[in-house]
Amino acid sequence: MVLMKMKFPFEKRMKLAQGLWLLSWIATLAGAFTFTLGCFLKTELRRRAEVMDNTEIHAVPNTLMIVGLASLGINYFAGRMCQDALDAGRFPRWKTFLQPYWGVSLLFTLLMLTTVIMSYAMKGNLEWSLKIGLKNGIRFYKDTDTPGRCFQKQTIDRLQMEFQCCGNTDFKDWFEVQWISNRYLDFSSKEVKDRVKSNVDGRYLFDGVPFSCCNPSSPRPCIQDRLTNNSAHYNYEHQTEELNIYIRGCREALVNYYMGLMNTIGAAVLSIFLVQSSVLVSLRYLQTAMEAVAGQENTEIETEGYLLEKGVKETIMEYVTPVLVFLQLNQVGSEDAEAGETPAK
Amino acid sequence: MALMVVKFDLKKRVKLAQFLWLMYWFSVMAGVLVFSMGLFFKIELRKRSEMMDNNESHFVPNLLIAVGLLACGINAMGGKICYDSLDPIKFSRWKPMLKPFLVSCVAFNCLLVLTALLCFLMRIPLQFTLAEGLKNALKFYKDTDTPGRCYMKRTLDQMQMEFRCCGNNNFRDWFEIQWVSNRYLDFSAKEVKDRIGSNVDGKYLMDAVPFSCCNPSSPRPCIQYQVTNNTAHYSYDHHTEDLNIWKRGCRDALISYYGGMMNTIGALVLLVASLEVIVMIGLQYVNTSQSNLADPESESEGWILEKTVKETFTDIMDKMKAMSKGNAVEEGGVDGVATVS
Repeated sequence: MVLMKMKFPFEKRMKLAQGLWLLSWIATLAGAFTFTLGCFLKTELRRRAEVMDNTEIHAVPNTLMIVGLASLGINYFAGRMCQDALDAGRFPRWKTFLQPYWGVSLLFTLLMLTTVIMSYAMKGNLEWSLKIGLKNGIRFYKDTDTPGRCFQKQTIDRLQMEFQCCGNTDFKDWFEVQWISNRYLDFSSKEVKDRVKSNVDGRYLFDGVPFSCCNPSSPRPCIQDRLTNNSAHYNYEHQTEELNIYIRGCREALVNYYMGLMNTIGAAVLSIFLVQSSVLVSLRYLQTAMEAVAGQENTEIETEGYLLEKGVKETIMEYVTPVLVFLQLNQVGSEDAEAGETPAK
Repeated sequence: MALMVVKFDLKKRVKLAQFLWLMYWFSVMAGVLVFSMGLFFKIELRKRSEMMDNNESHFVPNLLIAVGLLACGINAMGGKICYDSLDPIKFSRWKPMLKPFLVSCVAFNCLLVLTALLCFLMRIPLQFTLAEGLKNALKFYKDTDTPGRCYMKRTLDQMQMEFRCCGNNNFRDWFEIQWVSNRYLDFSAKEVKDRIGSNVDGKYLMDAVPFSCCNPSSPRPCIQYQVTNNTAHYSYDHHTEDLNIWKRGCRDALISYYGGMMNTIGALVLLVASLEVIVMIGLQYVNTSQSNLADPESESEGWILEKTVKETFTDIMDKMKAMSKGNAVEEGGVDGVATVS
């Protein structure tokens, strides 16, 4: 019981070969485009690598790049095969090549689909990585004299200005961290001594935020210190003041940015996946139609093309049975060895 | 004695025509490039038009756009001529138009060189426009409730952050104007009353800068208030403090930005002009070699000018004199007829 039979007269076969040749070139370009999309995403993730704790999210662009390169190869060979399909004498030499080719191309096409699913599934992973990375960034903001951390301040400042965000979850994260280095605190002044004594760890905490949290769209000059104290500033109420500093947290801003990027890339990769699948389906029809021609005297006869020789279930069983036999043989072999040992004792 | 004579057999003529056709297509793309550069420059000027007091001259980008379009047209026509030059019938239709076309090519090349020169020179008027525009922008920083000026604060803040600059000439410009609106000043406080009383115009002046002047590369949190007062901050000396706020003035920053852009565009226009000269010389060779054919397959000669440069120049001068004399003789004749009657 053959799967999806189609009749192919000579002219239809020629048209299929020509159409497939053009489609395979389009798919090659699409594969190159996938590779560049992967490179672009990787570059964007690398740019903000300092506020990310781990690099697990890099699996998405890495897979995209591998799939892009593989599809270049797959489609190149598909194009060569259709060029040879126009001449019935030259097509049979691809016979031994086709078995592993189908395995490889099906694998990479499925991998393309998995990449899209991965980009949605790894959102939680990205958020967790950003949460820890930003927490550390804010903690080490003041350490501009510690080697390895001296650029944290600059990184966080530029990040907050570019993504229009403040803090990790929101701006209140800055109230819980000492973000002014001890080098710039006058420990002989009463105010500093009070603040340092007021908490267990001896940190200088106050309700202020760095200048990079300031919103340029605010109608009044930026209020960055004594934010929660309404009487410290004229005509100021912190509950209703919206435009003074950025309300949004940087984690949310970055997740939105990267998810937007991955959504767009995912949509593009899905359409490329459809193109690739149509190339493979057409190639299968062409292969089976040409196989029926092989050995015949008149190469212009009508032949049948199909997707699978037997049904789906039977084809799967065909491939799985040798594996099962191999496993069972192992089991039987080990049982025999045990049975052989015990009588000997 | 013609200038730079070259012998052309049929094969060489065909090769010349094909090569020239390809070069004309490159020139069309170069024309598109000039057009897009003019458009880009125009957009960049419009983006910062508030800093230029809405007074900036758009002459240079408009000229670039016009020249780009003209280049596309001229080069497309030149390409068509080359394509037809190998077919004697088609070429004979183009023949009468070729001389005026080549003269217009010469004029167009002069226009291209002039455009490049203007690009390099535009820096000077831009400097004056920016000085005036930035001065006003700083004055209107606080007027976020005045219609027409309410976005000046945001524009200026974003510009200072993007171009890494502070004030007009330098950060001290902020000390000379009131950049905090009266809506946010408590006039019952002693400090405010003192400051307003301290100057003739009653402005609230202080030695402070907006947050957008802050440099993120500074190792310490930004000091924007009491910038010149060393005792107000711990371990601070404003003479030696380098990284706290941006030192450069925004006028310098914008001039170097636009200056760099204009230098690049001017250089590219000069390159396009040299390409145009090459294709024009090629077309002249095609024209002359095709015109001197005895039959389509024979050898012919091609040259740039029929006589030497000096003789061609004197010829043109004579022709112009003859034209002006002809006018004078006609007028004299008319007068003579009038007096007779």
